Amino acid sequence: MNKFQLKDVNLWYNDFHALKDINMDIKAKEITAFIGPSGCGKSTLIKSLNRMNDLIDGCKITGDFLLDGENIYGNLDINALRKRVGMVFQKPNPFPMSVFDNVAYAPRVHGIKSKFKLNEIVEKSLRDAAIWDELKDRLKKSAISLSGGQQQRLCIARALAAEPDVLLMDEPTSALDPISTAKIEELVIKLKKKYTIVIVTHNMQQAVRISDTTGFFLLGELIEYNNTEQLFSMPTDKRCEDYITGRFG
Amino acid sequence: MRKLKNNLRYIKIYIGIGMAITTLLGILLYILINGLQHITFDFLFNVNAPRGQTLVPMIFTTVLIVLLTLAISAPIGIGSAIYLNEYAKTGAWFVKTIRMAIETLSGIPSIIYGLFGFLFYVIILRWTWSIMAGVFTVAIMVLPIIIRSSEEALKSVPNAYREGSYALGAGKFYTIWKTVLPSAVPGILASIILTIGRIVGETAALVLTAGTVAGMPSNLFDSSATLAVFMYTITVEGTDMDRAYATAVVLMALILFLNTFANFIGKKLKPQ
Repeated sequence: MNKFQLKDVNLWYNDFHALKDINMDIKAKEITAFIGPSGCGKSTLIKSLNRMNDLIDGCKITGDFLLDGENIYGNLDINALRKRVGMVFQKPNPFPMSVFDNVAYAPRVHGIKSKFKLNEIVEKSLRDAAIWDELKDRLKKSAISLSGGQQQRLCIARALAAEPDVLLMDEPTSALDPISTAKIEELVIKLKKKYTIVIVTHNMQQAVRISDTTGFFLLGELIEYNNTEQLFSMPTDKRCEDYITGRFG
Repeated sequence: MRKLKNNLRYIKIYIGIGMAITTLLGILLYILINGLQHITFDFLFNVNAPRGQTLVPMIFTTVLIVLLTLAISAPIGIGSAIYLNEYAKTGAWFVKTIRMAIETLSGIPSIIYGLFGFLFYVIILRWTWSIMAGVFTVAIMVLPIIIRSSEEALKSVPNAYREGSYALGAGKFYTIWKTVLPSAVPGILASIILTIGRIVGETAALVLTAGTVAGMPSNLFDSSATLAVFMYTITVEGTDMDRAYATAVVLMALILFLNTFANFIGKKLKPQ
């Protein structure tokens, strides 16, 4: 089943043509990885899936982005979209509040006031992000005092608390040490049972380890999009082969 | 040789620091020595002492004018800063005009605000010399300070906070209210403290609008002097320098108190 269907997507930053005729389907409850050298458009594409590009002046988008068949650039309310499509950023960005308030942020935004309900959601989200045991005694502590890896998993918990269908991750481990990275990879694999996950990564081993499908981008084009195993063992495009064998990028 | 050169550099730095500190301490000590001996119980606390023999009305008026001015200009100033930094499109002619107005207003000497206040509030609106006329004049005068420093405070809030909030489905207003503003509180508070200092120390604009009466005001349309204005008038009259020094001591103590108080509130508001 397809979660996202992208048809003839083009994107410009002012005069710069950042995405060119992208057509792709993103399958539900799978992990889809976007790889490619810097500036190839993979981050731009993931950001247009929850309309974060709207915040950038001079960004123009054409084509269809269908989420469960509904165009996300159509009548869908942008905040409702972002509730359904959560995002984890490259640099952990917890708010300067307590751990609890960070996780309770999205539920509060969407109107949940009951203390009991909030407690329940916070615990569930932290458990789902595999960080409950570490943080259950520190819920009142400032999130800024946590380590980088903990902060990132807290940000995942914060995204899960909005009860999304899709989780977008923009190089979520590039600022973390190998142990934290391993923990997050393990977590991401666990999460795909419930969520559709799209991850941008610079680390090809990471794409191989965790993803089901991989897209290779170059200069704004989707060069190759296939089952991860197939893409890495038998790439059909020469440029893709060059990239994954380390001849450039 | 090299060691000597290094030491010489240290000595130069210490001389610089020393000069700065001695000047400051010198002024402070001079005022304390000349003023402290003339502070009496009546001077500080006796409400019923004859006019000019007690500071109670001036302390009251000063605090009242500070609070009322902040009540008007802080919401407007912080609101403008939020508009300029969070909502406005940079480069639009409207925004450029506002910015130019702010820059210009911040450069105008306070006596001109005083003249405006005198002509507009005191004469045209017939508020006479009154606390209200003083408050509304000073409120306009401090607006540029509040706007500019609040804007700096908002600019220093990392964009990652805003993005994080939007990505969770929060709207713009919610994001600003719950995430951006709390992070900007320390900076905004600094601007408030700066403003308090400016109001407490203001004379020119207030002499022309709130007047120089050294008595307790009975309502907001009464004329009454602040500490600084009182000091100005008795110094100009030259009749009683002792009381002028004593007033200066109280003025400094008041500023210290107001700043500490503002800091205390800031600590309460600041996210951990």
